[in-house]
Amino acid sequence: MTIAFFFIFIVFSLGITYVAARRTRNAEHFYTAGGQVTGLQNGLALAGDYMSAASFLGIAGLVSLSGFDGLIYSIGFLVGWPVVMFLIAEPLRNLGRYTFSDVVAFRLRQTPVRVAAAIGSLAVVAFYLIAQMVGAGNLIHLLFGLRYEYAVAIVGVVMLAYVLFGGMMATTWVQIIKAVLLLAGAFLLATITLAKFGFNPLALFRAASARYGDAVLGPGRLVSNPFDAMSLGLALMLGTAGLPHILMRFYTVPNARTARTSVSYATAFIGFFYLLTFILGFGAMVLVGQPEIRAMDAGGNMAAPLLAQAVGGEAFLGFISAVAFATILAVVAGLTLAGAAALSHDLWVNVVRHGAASEVEQLRVARGSTVLLGALAIGLGIAFKGQNVAYMVGLAFAIAASANFPALVLSIFWRKFTTRAAQMSMLAGTFSSLLLIYLSPTIQIDILKNTSAWFPLRNPGLVSIPLSFLVAIVVSSMWPEPEAEARFAEVQQKVHFS
Amino acid sequence: MNARDELKALDSARWRVAVWLTVAMMVVYFGFILLVAYDKPLLTRLVVPGLSVGILLGALVIVAAWVFIWIYVRWANNHYDAKIEALKGRM
Repeated sequence: MTIAFFFIFIVFSLGITYVAARRTRNAEHFYTAGGQVTGLQNGLALAGDYMSAASFLGIAGLVSLSGFDGLIYSIGFLVGWPVVMFLIAEPLRNLGRYTFSDVVAFRLRQTPVRVAAAIGSLAVVAFYLIAQMVGAGNLIHLLFGLRYEYAVAIVGVVMLAYVLFGGMMATTWVQIIKAVLLLAGAFLLATITLAKFGFNPLALFRAASARYGDAVLGPGRLVSNPFDAMSLGLALMLGTAGLPHILMRFYTVPNARTARTSVSYATAFIGFFYLLTFILGFGAMVLVGQPEIRAMDAGGNMAAPLLAQAVGGEAFLGFISAVAFATILAVVAGLTLAGAAALSHDLWVNVVRHGAASEVEQLRVARGSTVLLGALAIGLGIAFKGQNVAYMVGLAFAIAASANFPALVLSIFWRKFTTRAAQMSMLAGTFSSLLLIYLSPTIQIDILKNTSAWFPLRNPGLVSIPLSFLVAIVVSSMWPEPEAEARFAEVQQKVHFS
Repeated sequence: MNARDELKALDSARWRVAVWLTVAMMVVYFGFILLVAYDKPLLTRLVVPGLSVGILLGALVIVAAWVFIWIYVRWANNHYDAKIEALKGRM
């Protein structure tokens, strides 16, 4: 029954996606056509790209297991959007063409900047992908009773096939439809849940504290170390402005004003969704129960589907699972394409072939990189079993905030920024955050089963983000680049005109 | 004033607005995070049964993000866009 509903909804959502994508293909491709995507559409697409398995499965799971602590993610994932709005969106639209590295490289030397940006983007994409795999693997494990490891492998292959054969359809429409489905699904689930508490959220929170104690309504053990809280907070806030697949979306709109409008819509939708996660998380805590959620998955990722089952039965479980699966599929498609673009476009063409690669060869390399990324995500998805997916995405945010954000902001704002500084800061940000993640308790204690970890924080942002800024400033001051400085006036002017 | 100077003035005005709003958002958000880090008892305290200070402030941070964005969009749509449009012809 559940499985039948799951497939019906998957086929249904893929069906509308297919029809929509076909209809718009005649009207030229969005990325180059420009001027076709409206503010509302792009706002929904941004929300669709942004609200991954982490937002729906991960946060609901964290809140259901840790109460208030999980809300730190809801809030942190949202406050990045004002930063994107005030500092990034409009300059990005006016200075670049396809990717954010256009902006960083605008007045710098192209190749070194693009290579470093590609490496950073790949690290971000990889961690984001792992999180989606963990979420999807758990979902299939819950629905079909398959072993988690097999579930991850199967999901990985299905998603690879989707991206490889339908890659071009994974454009704006997929994200728009998925965003609408996810918002509607979450709203429905929250409404049915609240109906059991007389439509009073406070009654729900009271029920939670009656069963698990008042502590669930305040900060607890998830952020026991104050530095952990700050590190996570910093990474979540600045990470959004460094996510390659989100930044790419600003090139689908015709001008800066539409970019602005689309961020307002995105923030409205995403904020509304995160307020719903308050209800979903506490709802699952009360109506499903923490032991039951933990028994299904140690990371709590199945809280929202289990809540759907508890309040709406098997059919509703099928529906919500399908929504979650479609969400993951759409995000994986967007991520893999962004990653494959970085590998084939920036690394292969620029570094290996020095700019001389045919279309056919580029496409082949892009396909190859997609398979490579998919295989990597499957392997690591299995290794990260039992980790919460919102936490995993938090790591991707930390890498994005360390690798991409400083270089992006400084290239727009700082006259004295240089090529070498951009390159070194992106590499320092990428590798320091990767190293610190490797040395963190999550890898050392949870996964490798060591007794202690070299680095105490679970999120590296507090160290790696300032480090990346510091490297940029020191390198710029030690090795000035007069040509780049001279071209800053051009940046200052172009930033204002579409 | 010639067009180049006007653009320069508008440029600094735009960054002033952007930086101040960013700082405001950071103060609100990191204020919240610092409370999470250092004053757990305060956030656990109940305003009314079922509603802790933490949950209330958390929801207000989201609302604050909306408000800051609304302020920016109003300024940019009403003030900045008009000036840029006027400058476009003269550059």
